[in-house]
Amino acid sequence: MTSHRRTHGALAAGIALAAGAIALAAKQQNRRRHHDHPADDAPGFTARRDFGRYEVVGRSVTIARPRAELFAFWRNFGNLAQFMENLNEVSPTGAEGHSVWTIRAPGGQTVQVETRIAREVDGELIAWRSVEGSDIDTEGRVTFEDAPGQRGTRVGLIIAYVPPMGEAGRAAAKLLRREPEVQARHDLKRFKMLMETGEIATSARRKDATRAAKMENA
Amino acid sequence: MRALTWHGTKDVRVETVDDPEIVNPRDAIIKVSSTAICGSDLHLYDGVIPGMMAGDILGHEFMGEVVETGPASTLQIGQRVVVPFTISCGGCFHCRIEQYSACENSNPVEKQDASAMLYGHPMAGLFGYSHMTGGYSGGQAEYVRVPFSDVGPIVVPDHLEDEKVLFLSDILPTGWMAAENAEIQPDDTVAVWGCGPVGLFAVQSALAMGAARVIAIDHYPHRLELAHKLGAETINFRETHVREALMEMTGGIGVDAAIDAVGMEAHGFAIDNMLDVVKQKVGIGADRASVFKQALLAVRPGGRLSVPGVYGGMTDKFPLGALMEKGITVRAGQTHVQRYTDRLLAMIEEGVIDTTFLISHTLPLEEAPRGYRCFHDEQNTWTKVVLKPGMETRQ
Ligand SMILES: NC(=O)c1ccc[n+]([C@@H]2O[C@H](COP(=O)([O-])OP(=O)(O)OC[C@H]3O[C@@H](n4cnc5c(N)ncnc54)[C@H](O)[C@@H]3O)[C@@H](O)[C@H]2O)c1
Ligand SMILES: [Zn+2]
Ligand SMILES: [Zn+2]
Repeated sequence: MTSHRRTHGALAAGIALAAGAIALAAKQQNRRRHHDHPADDAPGFTARRDFGRYEVVGRSVTIARPRAELFAFWRNFGNLAQFMENLNEVSPTGAEGHSVWTIRAPGGQTVQVETRIAREVDGELIAWRSVEGSDIDTEGRVTFEDAPGQRGTRVGLIIAYVPPMGEAGRAAAKLLRREPEVQARHDLKRFKMLMETGEIATSARRKDATRAAKMENA
Repeated sequence: MRALTWHGTKDVRVETVDDPEIVNPRDAIIKVSSTAICGSDLHLYDGVIPGMMAGDILGHEFMGEVVETGPASTLQIGQRVVVPFTISCGGCFHCRIEQYSACENSNPVEKQDASAMLYGHPMAGLFGYSHMTGGYSGGQAEYVRVPFSDVGPIVVPDHLEDEKVLFLSDILPTGWMAAENAEIQPDDTVAVWGCGPVGLFAVQSALAMGAARVIAIDHYPHRLELAHKLGAETINFRETHVREALMEMTGGIGVDAAIDAVGMEAHGFAIDNMLDVVKQKVGIGADRASVFKQALLAVRPGGRLSVPGVYGGMTDKFPLGALMEKGITVRAGQTHVQRYTDRLLAMIEEGVIDTTFLISHTLPLEEAPRGYRCFHDEQNTWTKVVLKPGMETRQ
């Protein structure tokens, strides 16, 4: 279990932790070359392994819109609350690249996380991570790649985090359907809907019966 | 408004519910003038489709007048429209290649998980058809909220009465796509299982596409008679060994193409069918796939099997070997309605296609429960039921 030990080793290194998890989870070109892992080209987050203290969720979606347009929409973090259900708002702190994310938590509470942009490649990649001393230790990365032919853009999202309040917190989040895995998947699909159709599908017959309206009043 | 709601197996009621309103910018509200009961509704009525909730409004074949539009709708108030049963956004990959019933954006995100788990991919949104396909309120009602109203609804000219265009919403394009999926060549013999509305329109379409012969299979004499009038030869499966008859009628070749217009609730007493009936009754999600299996065995090597009939789950004892060893092409799916509506509307206007022969009963919406009961119990003579919200109720 070389890979396992290596992961734990990397995770012991403090702030660089999530960075390690993300890098491991993201690699698509660097094949895994461990004896117990046949080399393949799959994204790391689909591997049958864990990332130690960190939970890593990853998801990709193909959106039939130009890469630049999607990048620009996402880069304006204020837009994210339109499709990220658990996000109340993201506002800039004033410091270059720093924002405060206000996130809905189980039990009607909110948590705030301050992040800074860790890396940005115009039109291709935005990576952020929580600043030291945040309530939640998290890092995320969204990538934009041209999809084959006329298919638009492949958007990949990877989020690594230390589960709040450990296992118990994760169980509670799951009960409330706010498990990050599900949330990331749903949020990305809502992003796709918003970009491809200009709206987010609902089968509600009336405005006050949409999921968004119900969450607002919850 | 008044609407037909589902409450459980064989329990549908007309109730007063909240009117719909514009929710999203591309929505329109339609005031329903005519709506129909479909064979697919019978699967809901029989309780064999998962994901239904008490109070759901049924109906996916409807038309009417535009009475309200969202800011991004391209419809105009007062227009008469027929609404496809598949809800399609027009902007996703599948909509762009005209695979409308695979739209990626019409099933609300939180409703996609169930079908994604079952089928590997989520289903698109459909009107009035279970929460697996979005839980959208259906058209057996006075009013309907129609999302993506700039993509789906087709505006119909005033001189064509409802009865001529209503079936553009589903069964006419479904019969057409069933025949198209059978890839008919001029000398072909095509067998169609089921002479319900879908089967009958498949017969009509197969002949229009140039099939040399169409053989229609059912057990209801009146339905077989309708197929006969369209130009098909017929087999009554209660009287005749179907497979043997098909081999003999084709001089030992077998049919070139087969169309399963029956689906998951096949009638009959084949052993596998009886087992599947029991499993369906105890709710272990087995489809009665006896027609699908029979058709696979009946079609000639290198032939095609087209499946408009709806299946939702798993099946046992599937003749996988016949599929592979004979090299059969199978094509199936919910209909990409929007792909066909313009062409079929033109054919209706030119008088090439008639749909009115199918309608056996027209009832007020208030009598919809009776319509369901009779369409279910008296299939021989109740071939298609049209419901009209405004119509006077007989006393
Ligand atoms: N693919 C689509 O988009 C789509 C659209 C509409 C309907 N459908 C499906 O098509 C099917 C037919 O719809 P319909 O409205 O015509 O339904 P229907 O119930 O009116 O007709 C079904 C017919 O099949 C006959 N049948 C039953 N068992 C048979 C057997 N063993 N051999 C031959 N015939 C048999 C019945 O007697 C009946 O006449 C249903 O499964 C329905 O859900 C699919
Ligand atoms: Zn139908
Ligand atoms: Zn679409």
